[in-house]
Amino acid sequence: MDEVVVTTTVNGVARRALVEPRKTLADFLREDCALTGTHLGCEHGVCGACTVLVDGAAVRSCLMFAVQAESADVTTIEGLSSDDGELSTVQAAFREAHGLQCGFCTPGFVVSVTAFLRDHPDPTLDEIREGLSGNLCRCTGYQGIIRAVQLAAQRGAGVGA
Amino acid sequence: MTVTHTAGRFVGQSVRRKEDPRLVTGHGRYVDDVVVPGMLHAAFVRSDVARGRITHLDVTEARAVPGVHAVLTAAELDPHVAGPMLPSMFAEGRQGVCAPVRPLADGDVRFVGDPIVLVVAESRYVAEDACELVEVEYGPLAPVVDFELAAEDTTNLVHPELGSNVATTMATPPDPTLDEAFASAAQVVTETFHQQRQTPTPMETRGIVADWNATAGSLQVWMSSQNPHEVRRTCARILGIPENRVRVTQQDVGGGFGQKFFMPRDEMTIVLAAHLLGLPVKWIEDRRENLLASNHARTDRATVTVGVDVDGRIVAARIDHLEDAGAYANGGTGGAGVFVAMMFPGPYRIPKLGWSTTSVWTNTCGRGAYRGPWMMETVAREQMMDVVAREIGLDPLEFRRRNVIRRDELPYASVSGMVYDHVSPEETLEQATALVGYDDLRRAQERARAEGRLVGVGIGLYIEPQTGMGALGVEAATVRVATDGSVDVYVGSGSHGQGLETTVAQVVAEHLGVDYDQVVVHQGDTDVTPFGGGTGGSRSGPILSSAARQAAIEMRDKVVHIAAHLMEAAPDDLEVEQGRVQVKGTPARAVTLAEIARTAYESSDALPPGTEPGLEVVTRYKSPPVMYSNACHACTCEVDRASGIVTLTRYVVSEDCGVMINPMIVEGQIAGGVVQGIGGVLYEHLVYDDDGNPLTTTFLDYLLPTAAEVPAIEYGHVETPASTPGGHKGMGEGGAIGSVPAVFNAVADALAALGVRVRRSPLGPSELLAAIDAAR
Repeated sequence: MDEVVVTTTVNGVARRALVEPRKTLADFLREDCALTGTHLGCEHGVCGACTVLVDGAAVRSCLMFAVQAESADVTTIEGLSSDDGELSTVQAAFREAHGLQCGFCTPGFVVSVTAFLRDHPDPTLDEIREGLSGNLCRCTGYQGIIRAVQLAAQRGAGVGA
Repeated sequence: MTVTHTAGRFVGQSVRRKEDPRLVTGHGRYVDDVVVPGMLHAAFVRSDVARGRITHLDVTEARAVPGVHAVLTAAELDPHVAGPMLPSMFAEGRQGVCAPVRPLADGDVRFVGDPIVLVVAESRYVAEDACELVEVEYGPLAPVVDFELAAEDTTNLVHPELGSNVATTMATPPDPTLDEAFASAAQVVTETFHQQRQTPTPMETRGIVADWNATAGSLQVWMSSQNPHEVRRTCARILGIPENRVRVTQQDVGGGFGQKFFMPRDEMTIVLAAHLLGLPVKWIEDRRENLLASNHARTDRATVTVGVDVDGRIVAARIDHLEDAGAYANGGTGGAGVFVAMMFPGPYRIPKLGWSTTSVWTNTCGRGAYRGPWMMETVAREQMMDVVAREIGLDPLEFRRRNVIRRDELPYASVSGMVYDHVSPEETLEQATALVGYDDLRRAQERARAEGRLVGVGIGLYIEPQTGMGALGVEAATVRVATDGSVDVYVGSGSHGQGLETTVAQVVAEHLGVDYDQVVVHQGDTDVTPFGGGTGGSRSGPILSSAARQAAIEMRDKVVHIAAHLMEAAPDDLEVEQGRVQVKGTPARAVTLAEIARTAYESSDALPPGTEPGLEVVTRYKSPPVMYSNACHACTCEVDRASGIVTLTRYVVSEDCGVMINPMIVEGQIAGGVVQGIGGVLYEHLVYDDDGNPLTTTFLDYLLPTAAEVPAIEYGHVETPASTPGGHKGMGEGGAIGSVPAVFNAVADALAALGVRVRRSPLGPSELLAAIDAAR
């Protein structure tokens, strides 16, 4: 299949690559950008493990082609912590509240929650549950994840993030 | 009496996990993150029919696709197998009951998903393109789909080589005293329960990278596994090479829940292909394959008979159990039935027991381990406790109270030969029902029923075994102190989400006398770690931690011995605190662990006479053959009469896993298990049609619980120390076991007001509406 040029910004870095038009954004990020924090749990848009931010919107990178991200600004899980390794408010809350076990779904949750708290800085419990319902976790029973979102909200993760 | 253990400096503390900084930032290393130079990508062509002869197979077009390196069929790959494609515990002498596993289907297919062709190409995209071009035609045969009819079917055999669809069958011999006990009972109740087909679905599917180096004669495997040393043994066996030519690296693993305990057939096939081709091959299972062809679980039927006396005490019980092994069970026979029978009495005094258990082959995806593989004992027993209570006019809690084993009866030998000790079923029953406010709930239920609302309360009480038999009974730990005083620990079994890097470090820090931050735990690499039995069966908590504890204590003793010599002090006058050996009461007089280590490695002449240089300890811990933890789940629900939707309103777990190493992790394990059990009762159902076609091959069809459905879980802890050195017990599976009957009983209780009786899961909206309609 003929390859085409994709030009994007990923975590603040300009990226230019030749990809097949059918290549998903998830595979582009994992293979062409070597950003393997974006995980594939179902490849049909249900589990949310592959969630990234495209121009600020949380999207499932398994359901989007890399070419659709042309000229877009993409943020992956690797782009949320600072370069010196300091965790973001949401990441720190996941650790503190035991919001992860195996960690495979975690990048998708952290990215989704980061966008959710930006849009709902002071969410109710029902809003949190609803906001998390697009991501699947098989380890935690969601108990620690819900606590992590509450903790991150208390610490102002959604304010000025 | 319940003994409450005082938490140590690290053991018993909810310290933050060592794993988390890399995992929350996307810097974990899972198998799909592995890239090897020249690595190729594999995809399978799988059967579209449940049972049939392969009448035509043409891979010519697939082989012609640019970028395709190999298209392998049974003709190329199957003769390459050097040893049984079975778990090590089944590979020698016990093959008769195992399915005849082969890499690729040869001549006939036995379930939808049976692998027929393996394509190896420069990318997964190209491999899948080539799969599309493989031509397969079948001469369909009548499939064996209904496991309840499989045993009688002698015409259509899943595995003709085995001569029967019965994989295993066992039963107690006729027992006149059992018959007499039933005859003497005031009431005898019989009921049949079904648990539907489910699958573990770790969020990371299966995956492997296999790299055969022909000149060195060695194999490197990266695999998403719960059990790297078992994978190493299996690779050596199927390739016919020595184990020391195989290195298996586990890295981070995205959940397993039993699915990754043994080495599955498809992963073995990739190893064989890499060996045959002499090229590194990666295969990452997609979710459709995971739901179609990985391993399935549950699919059980149990007919239970219970006799009670006039006081509501059980005088005899019988369980007749049937399980579906599918076509190629992942784990040998796929049968957990003997454990179902042995564990059936659970936390109750049952003086007489009869049982039978049968495992049958069907033309469906093979059965495999899933968190609590023999849970049907608890599922059937606890659902039966409610049925019997209702029949004899007792409240289910009162009926349990009259039969539960009390602490003053311990050790208690069950009728099936299990000797329970260090357990607290009565205490957890009382704690859970008190926390949930059981008596108030019954009054509230009356009021709700008067308003026409359907509310219910359910209990699940159980004893959870941790097997310590054979290779599963031993774990090893190596503790090394480096010259700077930092501590490395090497363990044979590793974590796939349980946080063993954290809990093992807690145990070592506690008993060696160093800071938690000073300890790094290495796991999951067979070149580096000692042999271990794998993480599964709730065994790593008690067994691995005991090995680590023993190694840390031996290391502390050696460190103190050296320090005493250097300081010219008596060992008994010394203590180890935060990496310093100091004189008790005079902490300023001290030597650091780094100073001791440098002496041990570099100045061995300065060591006490007869002391081995260096600071390295290797220990192995042998556990008792079986250990037991226990718990009680109690929950409440409301069933919406119009929609059939169940809402869980309260959820309480009272558990006893002995001394907790990390309460945060214990509660996390419980919560994860509970929600899997909730899914198992209300949402998750793998469905086959009558022709053996799977109808649930995406996450839109196979429904996992989300954050929107799960209740807040409340915890109570009873700490009865086990006989293990640290008093720890395993508890990884329990959450998934107790939740199933608790949720089921709550729904059944809610529906009882309508005269509706439910005896099989799932209890989804359509099933409940049908049951409600049928009762009208």
